[in-house]
Amino acid sequence: MLVLDRVGKTYPNGVRALDGVSLEVAPGEILVVIGGSGCGKSTMLRAISGLDTPTQGRVVLDGAVITAPHEKIGIIFQEPRLLPWLRVADNVGFGLGQYPGAERRTRVARALDRVGLMEKARVWPRELSGGQAQRVAIARALVPRPQVLLLDEPFSALDAFTRADLQDHLLDLWADFKPTLVMVTHDVEEAIVMSDRIMVMRPRPGRVYEQIHCELSRPRDRQSAAFDFVKRRVLAALDRSLDRAVITDDGETKAAAGGGLWW
Amino acid sequence: MTTTAEPAAVEQPASNARLGRWARPALGLLLPVGVALAWEIAVRSGWSNGRLVPPPSVIWNTFSDLAVTGDLQQHALATLWRVLWGFVFGVTAGTIVGAIAGYSGWTHRVVDPTLQALRSIPSIAWVPLFILWFGIFEASKIILIAVGVFFPVYLGVMGAVLSVDRKIVEVGRVFRLSGFAMVRRILLPAVMPGYVISLRAGLGLGWMFVVAAEFLGASTGLGFLLIDGQQLGKPAQIVAAIVAFAILGKLTDWLIVLVSSPFLRWEDRFARG
Repeated sequence: MLVLDRVGKTYPNGVRALDGVSLEVAPGEILVVIGGSGCGKSTMLRAISGLDTPTQGRVVLDGAVITAPHEKIGIIFQEPRLLPWLRVADNVGFGLGQYPGAERRTRVARALDRVGLMEKARVWPRELSGGQAQRVAIARALVPRPQVLLLDEPFSALDAFTRADLQDHLLDLWADFKPTLVMVTHDVEEAIVMSDRIMVMRPRPGRVYEQIHCELSRPRDRQSAAFDFVKRRVLAALDRSLDRAVITDDGETKAAAGGGLWW
Repeated sequence: MTTTAEPAAVEQPASNARLGRWARPALGLLLPVGVALAWEIAVRSGWSNGRLVPPPSVIWNTFSDLAVTGDLQQHALATLWRVLWGFVFGVTAGTIVGAIAGYSGWTHRVVDPTLQALRSIPSIAWVPLFILWFGIFEASKIILIAVGVFFPVYLGVMGAVLSVDRKIVEVGRVFRLSGFAMVRRILLPAVMPGYVISLRAGLGLGWMFVVAAEFLGASTGLGFLLIDGQQLGKPAQIVAAIVAFAILGKLTDWLIVLVSSPFLRWEDRFARG
């Protein structure tokens, strides 16, 4: 069980990015975090990963307080962050230093096969497309079989088609050993496709605003009425979280029209 | 249609690469060979007497004479030896100080202003001091060369360490690398391109400083050949020594490129090869 206990983060310049975030994520659950800019989504993810330490509260995984990067926690960033001096296979096996060579090779081969990039094992990262590079990053994060996988807007730099493809692919990979996923996104549809639960945050300082359980059956049909219903619920929550209102040309004040992307 | 187009697309760069392997060095020789040829023609046609700037044939004869007597090899080896030791000491010191100054902000603040001030001192200004401190024999010459090599290597290493992408370092942290493992698996490969450039710049300055060093009462070395040629009025010997400097400088630079290229194959560069 991943637990955030009143986690807060104030930066040295005095900016309070996160304030009193408490949360429990069950093993195997997919939690998607969504919210406007500056609501502390990435800060929260970095605190869970151990890359940053919270200034208040604590992050606990299975009873252990997380204060530094932990072997049970993996992370996928917005950019693939592949090491350019390592070939694709070596990038995937980067975190497997503790395993003997033969086992490492087997695991890497299996992971590359799962992301459909077996034939790219010997190429340099510069030779990959954006989608392929992100697949390699996914393989690298999953190959040590982390208990918790954090995803910081992992598909935001990709085109819509590749994004949808990778969302399906990630769910497929997740089903292999069902790690806990905590994913940050700006894309409401992506949140609904992926999540068991959507957590809406509100900014300055970042706080949990509302949680929406997403109990649609998988695979999720983006065109279905149920999907659309959840989408409208999430968009409405986002509007409320931002106290969002717009002035029309007629001088009327009304809630902003919901879009697909929020940032 | 796609299948017929692909093999051609693969073959084309391969044949270009084969052609490039020979064409590129030949292109590099075009300018010096062209100038030499033009000067030879100018002297043979009587447009110049070639007394102060001898034609290539005279330089070649001087080169051959020096080689036959073994003087050329002796002087070239003496110079190479000095550059080698100066390079080793300069690179060692530059790498260590540069890495520490790049890694530690405190050290950078303490050390860098002084080194930047020392860097602007011309090589020749060190000569009297080094003679006083280390005498006129090999030590002063090698130390002078080491000083020349030190600064570009220091600057290159420090800059490369400072510019390592924080996001890449975070990847190392996510996989719980620290200390030596972080240096070996992340920092060292990340600084390698900058390091190789600094080594090449350091070597270039090493070759410049060896001339100044060999002006300090040396009795061997290509620098000595220069002074000897000037004092005895032998311009062909001076030009022969300069050509020897150019050849040795180019060969040693090429050696660094050759040795480092396997470590830099991953680079995503604008121009390859």
